[in-house]
Amino acid sequence: MGRMTVAELERIKTEHAERMAFTDKTYLLLCGGTGCHATGSLKVKDALLDALEQAELGATVDVIETGCNGFCAMGPILVVHPGDIFYQKLKVKDMAEVVQSHLVEGKPVERLLYKDPAAKKRIPVQSDIPFFAHQMPRALRNKGIIDPEQIDDYIARDGYRGAARALLELGPDDIIEEMKISGMRGRGGAGFPTGMKWAFAKASPSDLKYVLCNADEGDPGAFMDRSILEADPHAVLEGMVIAAKAIDAHKGYIYARTEYPLAIKRLDLAIRQATEYGLLGEDIFGSGFGFEIEIYQGAGAFVCGEETALMRSIEGRRGMPRPRPPFPAHKGLWEKPTILNNVETFANVPQIVRKGGAWYASVGTDTSKGTKVFAISGDVNNIGLVEVPMGTSLRSIIYDIGGGIPKKRKFKAVQLGGPSGGCVPEAHLDTPVDFEAIAKVGAIMGSGGVIVMDENTCMVDMARFFMDFIQEESCGKCTPCREGTRRQLQILEKICNGDGEPGDIDTLEALSDTIRETALCGLGQTGPNPVLSTLRYFRDEFEAHIHEKRCPAKRCVSLLSFEVDTEKCTKCGACYRACPVDAVEWKKKELARIDLEKCIQCMTCFDKCRFDAIY
Amino acid sequence: MLMEMGLDREEIAALATIRSELKEIPAQRRYLIPLLQRVQQALSYLPQAAIQLVAQHLHLSPSEVYGVATFYNQFRFTPPGRHPVRVCMGTACHVKGGDIILEHFERKLEIKEGETTPDREFSIERVACVGCCALAPVALMGDALHGHMMTGKVEGLILRVQIEKEKARREMGDRDER
Repeated sequence: MGRMTVAELERIKTEHAERMAFTDKTYLLLCGGTGCHATGSLKVKDALLDALEQAELGATVDVIETGCNGFCAMGPILVVHPGDIFYQKLKVKDMAEVVQSHLVEGKPVERLLYKDPAAKKRIPVQSDIPFFAHQMPRALRNKGIIDPEQIDDYIARDGYRGAARALLELGPDDIIEEMKISGMRGRGGAGFPTGMKWAFAKASPSDLKYVLCNADEGDPGAFMDRSILEADPHAVLEGMVIAAKAIDAHKGYIYARTEYPLAIKRLDLAIRQATEYGLLGEDIFGSGFGFEIEIYQGAGAFVCGEETALMRSIEGRRGMPRPRPPFPAHKGLWEKPTILNNVETFANVPQIVRKGGAWYASVGTDTSKGTKVFAISGDVNNIGLVEVPMGTSLRSIIYDIGGGIPKKRKFKAVQLGGPSGGCVPEAHLDTPVDFEAIAKVGAIMGSGGVIVMDENTCMVDMARFFMDFIQEESCGKCTPCREGTRRQLQILEKICNGDGEPGDIDTLEALSDTIRETALCGLGQTGPNPVLSTLRYFRDEFEAHIHEKRCPAKRCVSLLSFEVDTEKCTKCGACYRACPVDAVEWKKKELARIDLEKCIQCMTCFDKCRFDAIY
Repeated sequence: MLMEMGLDREEIAALATIRSELKEIPAQRRYLIPLLQRVQQALSYLPQAAIQLVAQHLHLSPSEVYGVATFYNQFRFTPPGRHPVRVCMGTACHVKGGDIILEHFERKLEIKEGETTPDREFSIERVACVGCCALAPVALMGDALHGHMMTGKVEGLILRVQIEKEKARREMGDRDER
């Protein structure tokens, strides 16, 4: 196929209008994200296809494997259209019943529908489920609707219309102006205004310039970029085309984590399809403008999320940051002007250009416009991906969408922004998500990982965990980060092992100040954040570890005695059944006892005991 | 060839294939990491011979190549087990007790993280977040992802591999007897 035109885009859209409105057939949208694949959605798909064949429904029913639906905790997920009926946790053996009951007899299978834990009743329609009802999908607008492996599906949802406008109607300055009006700030973490970044790169004269997409999503607990790439890869490509036009670049790279094979596969396919349609390559839309994109697989180094390190890595070097200035907008990849934006940022760009910056800025707060995708995980009922307007409170994200804390436990803190972020306690849960408001309570927006922690989480252990991560990932170039984080980790380990001494907290704070002020890159400068924020809100836990040699959350193994509290023990035997090494002695109606010779301190019994009887 | 000392027959063959592919790849530094990834995909680790091969092709010193390779977590320099175990150490997995799962694998296989069992069946590695936080704690055995891990499941996974190996051994034995 040769050159793409706007008329052709329109024709494809019209041709697929019924498919997108679900009016010509019954559509079974099966989630094909990594999470659902892991819980067996591919086998469920085979079973579904078999059942459809047996029922001879092949002609009127279409099965479509979509990208990540977002409600990962409930996978494998199937949504039936028309009707928007949501099935969850499907098994191979359920599929014949779904086909017979729902498709043949027209009765949805009650037991496989979502059950609201609060109201204790089934909710059949997806958009009525609280997890979805409180969201505003923009970056994720196509998730669970289109087949990410079909470019026509994307075009049918107004895909590449933003690129058409940018290439045919707007000049570089108009695009940058639109981005500035939108108030869009980089979704990778630092929140730098996207329009301004592009303006700098545009103003740098050079024969060669580059557009880079940062898909090196290294923050543990963040998976929004992976989901966007898996569900809607063309949105990212289109965003990059628009950026390229704005700064006059003709070559782009997507730096993707090698740990995301499915995302890379779909991106690769999307690039090939777009090239075939003439949406990438030379003379796009007959505008005379050309742009091509290559995928570069990262080799697993957290610091490569830092822009200068990422560029070194593409050049085939050790991914170590360098001091700025010069900023990449002037001297980036191979010393040429370069812009680097995050996956989620690019995914928003086509809509901003198509609908205008003012549309994008119509939701959000004064300084943070639009929506933000968050990955909620940890001790929360509804684990998954959510997109909400900026300004939504953390409480609303955790309770209204996340469904609160499981096992009737109490909320303790929420960790935002990954290893460079911080923990926010109950008292600040009404903080709105907004770059400045979150920084004020000692965390950062970061890439959008939201990890909820219940009362059984030890905050000293969390600080140790993050410091371990930072220490491991420190590239070793600058001393404050290389040595400072190592000293901090040693002190935290000492405290967790029950060897903490008075004065340790002061040393931690002093080290934190020095590292923050003197480290070379963002990784080091923000590295002490987890320590500082846990100290700010949970100082008493540090003190309990140091002075009383006690871990209030019962998580630090060295500070536990692995004995049964005879007053609290209800003789239920849950610990006896759970112990993997038969170290628990128990008979019916008798108290449990732990044989310390056999005990391997695996903590399984602590988790199983509902009466807090093991200490 | 001296360079290929310590490699088994399959590894030498894989290396020869890569050598023939090299002609297609320009001798530019930007191909260094993709080349190392290609080697590791074929051999599952980077033996010294491979590092020399890549260095030669790109006109770099072996130490320069080694320096880049050791910087990145993806590359390994010792052969992994046939069933590499990778335990996720992301935040969500940590909150749900991922370290306990790692420890249990270490205890059951009697090796530490980063090591391979003497029979080369298993190896243990820790990985940063695999992005399946909904299933935490997560472990991978080979390419299969196992969610909601528990100490009991660790044993099950190892046992399954051992049973299959035993089955294969017996079938081989039967065939030999016949």
